[in-house]
Amino acid sequence: MKLNPPGRLLIPAALMLGAIVALASPALAALGGSADSVSADSSAMRGQLRSTSLVQYDMQEITQGAQTVREYVTRSGQVFAVTWQGPVPPDLRQLLGTYFGRFQEAAAASHRTNPGVHRQLNIVQSDLVVQSSGRLRAFRGLAYLPALVPDGVSVDQLQ
Amino acid sequence: MRQAYRWTVLPGMCLLALCALAACGGGGSSGGGSSTGSTTTAHNFAAGGPNVVPISVNAGPADPSDQTFNIPLVTVTVCEPGTTSCATINDVLVDTGSYGLRLMASALAGQSVTLAPMADPNDSANAISECLPFADGYSWGEVASAIVTIGGETSSGAVPVQVINDSSSPSPAAPSTCTSDGISLNSVGAFDANGVLGIGPFVQDCGSGCATSATNVYYTCTSANSCSETTLPLEDQVANPVARFPTDNNGVIVQLASISAAGAATGTGYLVFGIGTESNNGLGNATVLTTDNEGNFTTMFDGQTLGSSFIDSGSNGLYFPDSSLALCGQTVPANEFYCPSSTASLSATNQGEDGTSSSVPFQIANLSNLLNDNNGSHYAFDDAGGPAETIAQFGAYFDWGLPFFYGRTTFFAIDGASAGGISGPFYAY
Repeated sequence: MKLNPPGRLLIPAALMLGAIVALASPALAALGGSADSVSADSSAMRGQLRSTSLVQYDMQEITQGAQTVREYVTRSGQVFAVTWQGPVPPDLRQLLGTYFGRFQEAAAASHRTNPGVHRQLNIVQSDLVVQSSGRLRAFRGLAYLPALVPDGVSVDQLQ
Repeated sequence: MRQAYRWTVLPGMCLLALCALAACGGGGSSGGGSSTGSTTTAHNFAAGGPNVVPISVNAGPADPSDQTFNIPLVTVTVCEPGTTSCATINDVLVDTGSYGLRLMASALAGQSVTLAPMADPNDSANAISECLPFADGYSWGEVASAIVTIGGETSSGAVPVQVINDSSSPSPAAPSTCTSDGISLNSVGAFDANGVLGIGPFVQDCGSGCATSATNVYYTCTSANSCSETTLPLEDQVANPVARFPTDNNGVIVQLASISAAGAATGTGYLVFGIGTESNNGLGNATVLTTDNEGNFTTMFDGQTLGSSFIDSGSNGLYFPDSSLALCGQTVPANEFYCPSSTASLSATNQGEDGTSSSVPFQIANLSNLLNDNNGSHYAFDDAGGPAETIAQFGAYFDWGLPFFYGRTTFFAIDGASAGGISGPFYAY
């Protein structure tokens, strides 16, 4: 799905199709995974999906009750970042995909060195950044793959 | 790591801590980060009372090799409803950042009490289990009903509590949608405590979200130990036991004695029930910080507006973003704490939802030095801190952990209650 800026006019139709499929069974694509696999994903988050097309990436937002998950997809269809916010955390195994093991490893390492902290977990590695924080009723997080962030996009400015 | 030196606490160190608590005021503090506790002198809980419970900050049940500090502990008693079978559990973490009582099954084992799993209100053949989420993992175990007694206060009726199943192979096992929270925090070592007493400014641990949609928090489990996500009515959710006391049920006070900047072997203080309900627990001239519906207020620090800030006795340090403070690096856990070459004296301003604000001076010392000095015998520090990440989309926070509590009297008013004529949720100090 490599498109030049003028070609963006074509995207809404493609997105619309994706949204319709997703509404039937909205699901999370995993970090680093293909957005094309959204509807095929077996573990669905039961919620409503909204897609927004931006200049350098697409944002797909899934809301369920007070919980919101956003996935940021490159023009080539890969999920380069995810964010979450809500009273409880989302299914991180689903959301982080193949990177969930890295999250667990970092949590285990932090648990060994600082057992007194369960309100936040930060992973800053060259190929993976995860910021998870929160307490009951107030969880939030961000995970992204630096290598996949589109040129000119600042993670701080993801909408 | 601090496992190199873990010696028995010396009697003299205890005396120093007691001295600071009883009458020494700020005199014992050589610039510790807690000098604006305006109400400390007005609240002397040494006389005790039915609503007063001692808190101790010490090694507790922590493995000597653990890097443990600033864990405030109390004793809690649970009884089987309708019986005289009870268990008294010591070393339970006082946590103003959560809601509800959770006890390790191993701490209950061997005591003459059996807390039966709560039947699913929607299907009495099933039992309710809970997956309690944290930022790094989960605690899994059955929900049970218990009469909860803390100090001289006993719940009116049974309170839903969680029995964290810390056996090597829990049954029922945690479902995959629960283990997706991260790592298992089903152990005494995960909290360096025999349980967690969540007495923050809300009643239920999850709230309406878990009552209206099935989430990965509450599960209904069949007799064959097959568990699936379920809704759970508010009244059945694990609840802050203070809200179920017949009196003194609108909130709590946590007061810890001042300690020196070098820390102390033991921290001492009180957990007090009720705000403005007895002669000993009035708000006095405390600054009230009202909160949003997550229990957050705003902290302004170093040009940053940290809009999701909170006061949390369950956090062992002050966690906040400050790029100018050196991290500990690999010597103490990688980048989880601040280790400035010399102690930093800082200040922040807290502001409640209604605009009321107050300035809070604090200090950040080199945690590596704190842990290694005094032969590693200190467990209480008022100047330990670490970084907090800012997520641009959601704002940032200042986690006012246990260092904030030393030398202060801090109030936590429960959502929906009125305390000192003001509606909760709010913090005050």
